[in-house]
Amino acid sequence: MFANLLGRLSWQAFPHDAITLGGAVSMVVIGTALFGFLLYTKRLKWLWKEWLTSLDPKKIGVMYVVVALVMLLRGLADASLMRVQQATSVGNSHGLLDANHFQQIFSAHGTIMIFFVAMGLMFGLINLIMPLQIGARDVAFPFLNSVAFWLFAAGMLLINLSLIVGEFSAAGWLAYPPLSELAYSPGVGVDYWIWALQIAGAGSLLSGINFLVTILRMRRPGMKLMHMPLFTWSVLCSMVLVVFAFPILTGTLAMLALDRTLGMHFFTADGGGNAMMYVNLIWAWGHPEVYILVLPAFGIFSEIVPTFSRKRLFGYSSMVAALIAITFLSYVVWLHHFFTMGAGGDVNAFFGIMTMVIAIPTGVKVFNWMFTMYRGRIKFATPMLWFMGFVVTFTIGGLAGVMMAVPAIDFQVHNSLFLVAHFHTMIVGGVVFGFFAGLTYWFPKIFGYTLNERLGRYAFWCWFVGFLLAFVPLYILGLMGATRRMDHYDASLGWQGLFIVAALGVGLVLLGTGFQVLQLIVSIKDRAKHLDKSGDPWNGRTLEWSTTSPAPFYNFALQTPVSGRDAFWEMKQAKATPHAKPQYEDITLPKNSGLGVFIAGFAFIAGFAVIWHIWWAAPLGLFGIIACVIIRAMNDEPEYTVSAEEIAKLERGRA
Amino acid sequence: MSQTTEQTATAKTIFGFWVYLMTDCVLFASLFASFAVLRFSTYGGSAGNELFSMPYVLVETMALLFSSYTAGLGLLAARRGNKRQVLGWFAVTMLLGLMFLTMELSEFHKLAVEGNSWRRSGFLSAFFTLVGTHGAHITTGLIWMAVLLAKIWQQGITSVNLKRLTMLSMFWHFLDIIWIFIFTIVYLFGVNP
Repeated sequence: MFANLLGRLSWQAFPHDAITLGGAVSMVVIGTALFGFLLYTKRLKWLWKEWLTSLDPKKIGVMYVVVALVMLLRGLADASLMRVQQATSVGNSHGLLDANHFQQIFSAHGTIMIFFVAMGLMFGLINLIMPLQIGARDVAFPFLNSVAFWLFAAGMLLINLSLIVGEFSAAGWLAYPPLSELAYSPGVGVDYWIWALQIAGAGSLLSGINFLVTILRMRRPGMKLMHMPLFTWSVLCSMVLVVFAFPILTGTLAMLALDRTLGMHFFTADGGGNAMMYVNLIWAWGHPEVYILVLPAFGIFSEIVPTFSRKRLFGYSSMVAALIAITFLSYVVWLHHFFTMGAGGDVNAFFGIMTMVIAIPTGVKVFNWMFTMYRGRIKFATPMLWFMGFVVTFTIGGLAGVMMAVPAIDFQVHNSLFLVAHFHTMIVGGVVFGFFAGLTYWFPKIFGYTLNERLGRYAFWCWFVGFLLAFVPLYILGLMGATRRMDHYDASLGWQGLFIVAALGVGLVLLGTGFQVLQLIVSIKDRAKHLDKSGDPWNGRTLEWSTTSPAPFYNFALQTPVSGRDAFWEMKQAKATPHAKPQYEDITLPKNSGLGVFIAGFAFIAGFAVIWHIWWAAPLGLFGIIACVIIRAMNDEPEYTVSAEEIAKLERGRA
Repeated sequence: MSQTTEQTATAKTIFGFWVYLMTDCVLFASLFASFAVLRFSTYGGSAGNELFSMPYVLVETMALLFSSYTAGLGLLAARRGNKRQVLGWFAVTMLLGLMFLTMELSEFHKLAVEGNSWRRSGFLSAFFTLVGTHGAHITTGLIWMAVLLAKIWQQGITSVNLKRLTMLSMFWHFLDIIWIFIFTIVYLFGVNP
C-alpha cells in the first residue's frame, strides 16, 4: 500500500557512493544553513515581501542572475570532475568515477550550463537592462515574468534534486533515443531531465512572449525601431527565436515523455518509432537555441565597444541587418549537427552551405566592432578586456565551425573532442564572456556601485588563459581521434599529456572564478568608495544611464520623448536646460503577487510525481496550477497607482 | 487609468495573446510533422482507412465549426453590450464544444478497446498525441469559458471582461483552424492514403 503511494520512490533512491553523497550532503547543508540564517536574522518575511513575490523586473533579474551564478559553480564542479577523470583514467588506472557516474556528470554539466546558467544569465540581464534601455517603466506582462522566473527556478530545483533523490540522466545533454528510451534507460534519470527542462522551458517561452511584446509595444515615445540600442535589437531577435523554437522543445520533450511513461512509439527502436525524427526535432530547437544565447551577447558587446571607445557604433544598420540575417539563417542549419545521419549528398550540401553563409553576418559584426574601436579613445576597462578575449576565442571557434560545415570534414570529426572544443569556444568564449562583460558593465546600474577593477582583470586573465589551455588541447585531441564522452582510454594512444594540460586549464578557470567571488565580496565591502552617484559611470550613450543607479522602482519619473540613436548621448551633447518644473504624472505599477511561486511549486510537484510515478500527486500539481491561474484571473485589481505628488516627493529626495 | 492608456494596455495584451497563439501554432506544427513522418509506421497494425469513420468525424467537425460561429455571434453581442445574448451564445458554444469533446473521447475509447491504443504503433502514438493535444486545448477553452461566463454573469460586460472574451474567442477560432488541418491531414488523407 505505502509502496504504491510513493510510486518508484524508495530508500534505494538515496545516494550510496562517496562523491554523490558528498555533493548531496553539501547541498543540503548549504540550503539549511541559508534558511537558518534567514530565520535567525528574521529576514524570511522580508525576503518573501521584497524579493520572492516581487513583479519588478529589476528584482526578478537579480534573482535570475543569482540562481545562474550558483548553477555556474555546480556546472564548473562537474567540469572539473570530468577533466580530472580524463586526465587520470588511462591504461590500468580507472580514475575517480565509474562509467555510469561519468555519463551522469557530463549530461548534468551540459544541461545545467545551457539551461540554468546561460539562459539564466541571459534572462537576468534582459530583465535588468532592456526595459531601462527602451525607457519603459516595466515589462509588458509583469506577472508572467514572475511565473517564468519561478518555473525556471522549479526546473533548477528538480535537476539538483536528482543528485539527492534517485539519479540523473546518463544519456547526454540532449538525450538521444533509443538510448533515452525506457528499454535502455529504465531509471528515473531521463525523466528528471525531461521534466526539469519541460518546466524551465515553459518559463522561457513565457519570457519570450513577454519581452517580444515589451520591445514592440512599450518603447519610449519617439524611439523608432531603428533608434533602439543594439542590445535591445539583439534581445528582440533572440526572443523571436525563443517564440519559434521553444514550442518545438516542448513538443519533443512531451513525445519522449509519452514514450517513456505511456508506452508510445515516437522514437522507440520497435513499434514503428523513428529515433532520427527526435534528432531532427531536438536540433530544430537546439540550433536556434545557440543563437538565442549568443545574440544578446553580441548586443552587449555592441553597447560596450562604443562606450569604451568613445565613438558611435560603426555600421548600425549593417549590425541590425546582420542580426536579422542570423535570426533567419539559424533556422535553416539544424541538420549540420548530424551530417553523418545519411540524409544524402544534396541535403548535406544545402545545410553545409547555409552553415557557411552564417559566417558572413557574424563576420560583419566582428569587423564593425573593430571599426568602432579604430581611432577611438579606448579605455581598457574589464568589460573591454572580456570583449577582446571574445574576439580571439570567437574567431578561433568560428573558423573551426566553418571547417565542420564542410560535410566531408564533419564526417571525420563528428562526435570527437574537436567538436566539443568548437562549441565550448562559442558558448564560453562567446556567450559567457559576453554575459560577464555585461554584468560588469551594468553592475553599477543594478546595485549603485562599480565592481573592483583589479580583481576583475585578474579574473579575466585567469579565465582567458585557462580557457585556451583547457580547449586548445581538445581541438588537437579531437584531430587525433579522441571521441567525446570517454571515461577511459588506452595508454598507448599518447593522449594523457594533452588531457593533463586541459585539466590544468580548468584549474586556472576555477582560480578565475575564485577571483570573481573575491571581486564580489571586496566590491560589496568597499562599496562606499565606488558609489555611482551620477547614474552614468562610464559616460554611456543609451537611456539606462539617464536614470539614477540603482534605478527607482518606477525606472523613470518622466516619459520625455526621445529622438535618434544613442538618445542619452544626444541629450548630454545638447545640454538641454531642464524644464522649469517637471510635470509628473501618476504611475501605475503591478502589485506583488505570490502566485508565481505557487504555480511553479505545483509544477514542481507535478513534475516530481510523474518522474517517480506517484500518480495521485500529479493531478494535484495540475489542479493546483489551474486553481492559481483562476485566482489570478479573478483578481481585477492587480495594480496600484503612485500619485504624481508622491513621485515629485521621491524625485526631490533623489536629486 | 485614463482611457487611452487603457486602450493601449488592451491592445498590448491582445497582441501578446497573438504571439502566444503563434507559439501554440509551432507546437502543433511539430506534432503535425511527427504525424506526417509516422503515418505509415503502423507496425503491422491497422492504418487510418481501417480505423476512421468519416461520417462520425464529419459530425464532430460540424459541431466544432458551428461552435466557432456561435462564439463569433457571442463576441458581436458583447461588443453591443448585450449580456443576455453573450451568455446565451457562449452557452451554446460550450455545449457544442462538450459534444465535440465527448465524441472525440468516445472515438479514443473505441479505438483503445479494439486493441488500437497508442501503444500499438508509431502511427497511433502520433494520432493520439496530435488529436489529443487539440482535445486538451478544447478542454482548457471550456474551463476558461465556464470561469469567464460566471464572471460576466456577476459583473456584466466590463472592458476587462470584453478583453478576456476577445482573447477566448481568438483561442477558440484558432483551435477551429487547427482542427481543419487535423480533419484534412489525419482523417481525409488517412482514409485515402
